[in-house]
Amino acid sequence: MNFIGQVLQWFLDGSHWQGDFGIPNRLFEHVTMSVESLAAAALIALPVGVTLGHIGRGGNLAINVSNVGRAVPSFALLVIAVQLVGIGFWPAFIALVALGIPPIVTNSYIGMREVDADVREAAKGMGMRDRAILWQIELPIATPLIMAGVRTSAVNIVATATLAALVAWGGLGRFIVDGLAQRDTVQLFAGALLVALLSIAVELSLTGLQRITTPIGIRIETSTQEVRSTTLSTA
Amino acid sequence: MLATGVVGAVEDPWIRWSWISGHVPVIRDALTQHIELTVIAVVVGLLIAIPLGLLAWRQRLLRGPIFSVTGILFTIPSLALFAILIPFTGLTVLTAEIGLVSYTLLILIRNIVVGMDAVPPDVREAARGMGYRPLVELFQVDLPLAVPAIMAGIRIATVTTIGLVTVTALIGEGGLGSLILDGLIRDFKTPLVVGTVLSVGLAIVADISLSGLQRLVTPWSRGRFTG
Repeated sequence: MNFIGQVLQWFLDGSHWQGDFGIPNRLFEHVTMSVESLAAAALIALPVGVTLGHIGRGGNLAINVSNVGRAVPSFALLVIAVQLVGIGFWPAFIALVALGIPPIVTNSYIGMREVDADVREAAKGMGMRDRAILWQIELPIATPLIMAGVRTSAVNIVATATLAALVAWGGLGRFIVDGLAQRDTVQLFAGALLVALLSIAVELSLTGLQRITTPIGIRIETSTQEVRSTTLSTA
Repeated sequence: MLATGVVGAVEDPWIRWSWISGHVPVIRDALTQHIELTVIAVVVGLLIAIPLGLLAWRQRLLRGPIFSVTGILFTIPSLALFAILIPFTGLTVLTAEIGLVSYTLLILIRNIVVGMDAVPPDVREAARGMGYRPLVELFQVDLPLAVPAIMAGIRIATVTTIGLVTVTALIGEGGLGSLILDGLIRDFKTPLVVGTVLSVGLAIVADISLSGLQRLVTPWSRGRFTG
């Protein structure tokens, strides 16, 4: 039987759809792990980035954290975490949180700094207090870039959660890692397809979410916005 | 592959210098392979990205499809992309390189388009007024002005690739990633630390060198644009 036929048969095999080792449970593990890591990363990174951007300090730190983050291989991060806390859920969680923080810090900092000084000045002139300026002026204007950062982190986290299978955690990466270990190219390929589909689905839905959360008054062409955030994060 | 495992009740320190001094050739080979895999990926990526980037810049209709396809390639996790290729190209350098090149494309093409878009229309107008032909204008006016953005893309692509090369250890390549994998498999910190430190160091050195190169090739922007 040809290869594609074997892959199709793998997907049609009922035993691959049930139990702890089935696709639904692996997908559930993958998504839960990613959501928990993203939430923790955002909880740490958003206050830091937004505060630094609001007070206009620590710009070098906020921007360089992304450059440094890019230079540290996520695979290395994961293995270091294993050395610190052993195998299982925790090393994967720690590595994914560490991976998720930099893009959110950088983008929320830049988003806050990009708020037009005139707008801020006008708000002050209208008698708005510092806190009101932060919540009602700066944050809404910075939302698209902040969301771009969250999206980047989310996509990175979902991608790297695939490697969690290497440290004895589950997720969809399990099929790939087991496939490699057992030289089972069918399982390997099927797992890779699942991971790829999940990643693309996450990317697309977050792009949609980013569009929806952008205040109507400041919606601009998305492509320009993305380009801006990537080029800026390397400044 | 690496013979002297440290087993037993002795506490494993983060760095065991004796292991390093005994494994200089292994470390050097890993570093060399890492650099080779990275350079090939970025150069091939650039060779594909320049024509595609110029196409995306000139032909608005093609811009969407080019960004969609390279965007999807960029979104697929590295291990999954390698795994998709393995049934067809096996556990080979080719598999690793196809994957690594795929990741550079979006970054490079995006920056080429941004750079070319940012060339001021006045400058283009002036060049045309001076009698520049389209192709000459492209090479002597547009591309040089886009160099800072393109170089920024090359820098991100290079640093990203250096990180991703470590993952290729899982498909039998890996450069410094093979040291990291060795650390994981044998639960031994020294190769892990050596692999990580050298990989981060390599990324920093590459980034600084490329930014120096950028200054060298764009003397007019010196002191103004720091990238």
